[in-house]
Amino acid sequence: MNKRGIEALVGLFVVLGLLGLLFLAMRAANLTTIGNHASYTVRAKFDNIGGLKARAPVRSAGVVVGRVTSITLDPKTYQGVVTMNIDQGFEFPADSSAKILTSGLLGDQYLGIEPGGSDKNLAPGDTIKQTQSAVVLENLIGQFLFNKAAEAGTEGAGAKK
Amino acid sequence: MIELLAIFGRFALRVLRSFGHSAFFFFDLLRHSPAALRRFSLVVTQIHAIGNLSLLIIVASGTAVGFVLALQLYYALIVYGAAESLGLIVNLSLVRELGPVVAALLFAGRAGTSLTAEIGLMKAGEQLAAMELMAIDPKSRVLAPRFLGGIVAMPILAILFSTVGILGAYIVAVKMIGIDAGNFWSIMQARVDVWRDVGNGIVKSAVFGVICTAVALYQGYETEATPEGVANATTRTVVIASLSVLAMDFILTALMFSTP
Repeated sequence: MNKRGIEALVGLFVVLGLLGLLFLAMRAANLTTIGNHASYTVRAKFDNIGGLKARAPVRSAGVVVGRVTSITLDPKTYQGVVTMNIDQGFEFPADSSAKILTSGLLGDQYLGIEPGGSDKNLAPGDTIKQTQSAVVLENLIGQFLFNKAAEAGTEGAGAKK
Repeated sequence: MIELLAIFGRFALRVLRSFGHSAFFFFDLLRHSPAALRRFSLVVTQIHAIGNLSLLIIVASGTAVGFVLALQLYYALIVYGAAESLGLIVNLSLVRELGPVVAALLFAGRAGTSLTAEIGLMKAGEQLAAMELMAIDPKSRVLAPRFLGGIVAMPILAILFSTVGILGAYIVAVKMIGIDAGNFWSIMQARVDVWRDVGNGIVKSAVFGVICTAVALYQGYETEATPEGVANATTRTVVIASLSVLAMDFILTALMFSTP
């Protein structure tokens, strides 16, 4: 085969590789969901973030409106500080509340935003004041058992009288 | 007793010497690579020989792996009602592990052997010695272009392997079994990260490209100049390259994906 033909075939090979890479990045991974639209940063403090992870979705009414970018611990209040990017197109009232929710019984945790009623909107860099921590199953079970024991205790005391 | 110790010592020394020898060879290759970049048409010819001609076996096996993964995972996942995350599992296993590793194993078998045999025969025919007589360094004229060609071709082959594997899984899962196409893609997109998963897979395949090509070239260059010597060298290429790819894969996986 002549040299030009070989060069063309190699070019085709490399282009095929790039197309494959494009497919993997755009279609089979999440490149479309990051970077290509502008967003603003909002923070929220939680007493307990449960199993929330960076890159978890931020949803409002179930619709993905942004992503969690980082999670750190506030050294003064010992609260978890969740920083999230919300897409520029979505604006929320300044008194909106944030919750850590779970998709399905065993699913991933995500951050839910419930819009408030204020006239002003959340500005970039704002902190969401009203937050509800993640439900920790162990605490819930502990509370349930404690209540059961307390009930049994009062019943037992009643029977003695 | 002393004789036994001596056998053991000889063996250890031989292993050590071959390690040192191959390391020197590897650094020689690296040193000669920039010179080969200046004569890029040589590299292009090698990419054709190593990459384009391996395309068929890579694409065929990639599709087959995608088909089989989708079928088998469906039977397991349907028990838990999680058949829709089939695409995610196929994608992650292909992009992170199977794509780079299986493509590298096939590459060692398809391209590595031909490199070893070619260079071994060149050496047996004293072509390399003739080049040296003409003051042409065979390392920069013959070995380095093949080395670079392998490094360029391997990641592209691995990407194509993963791509056709995912498309194969799509055909089986969505077209034949009837999993919802929207869920198939969206679960995948939600959980696969471009840099972490796809990017690290490509880094892996580039490392495997270096290993496979360097092993093949070394075996060819150091072969005994006899027909049996070339035959043994070709066999050793496949064995050593495959084992080093598997060992390296474990190390790289531990480094890249140890944190969830």
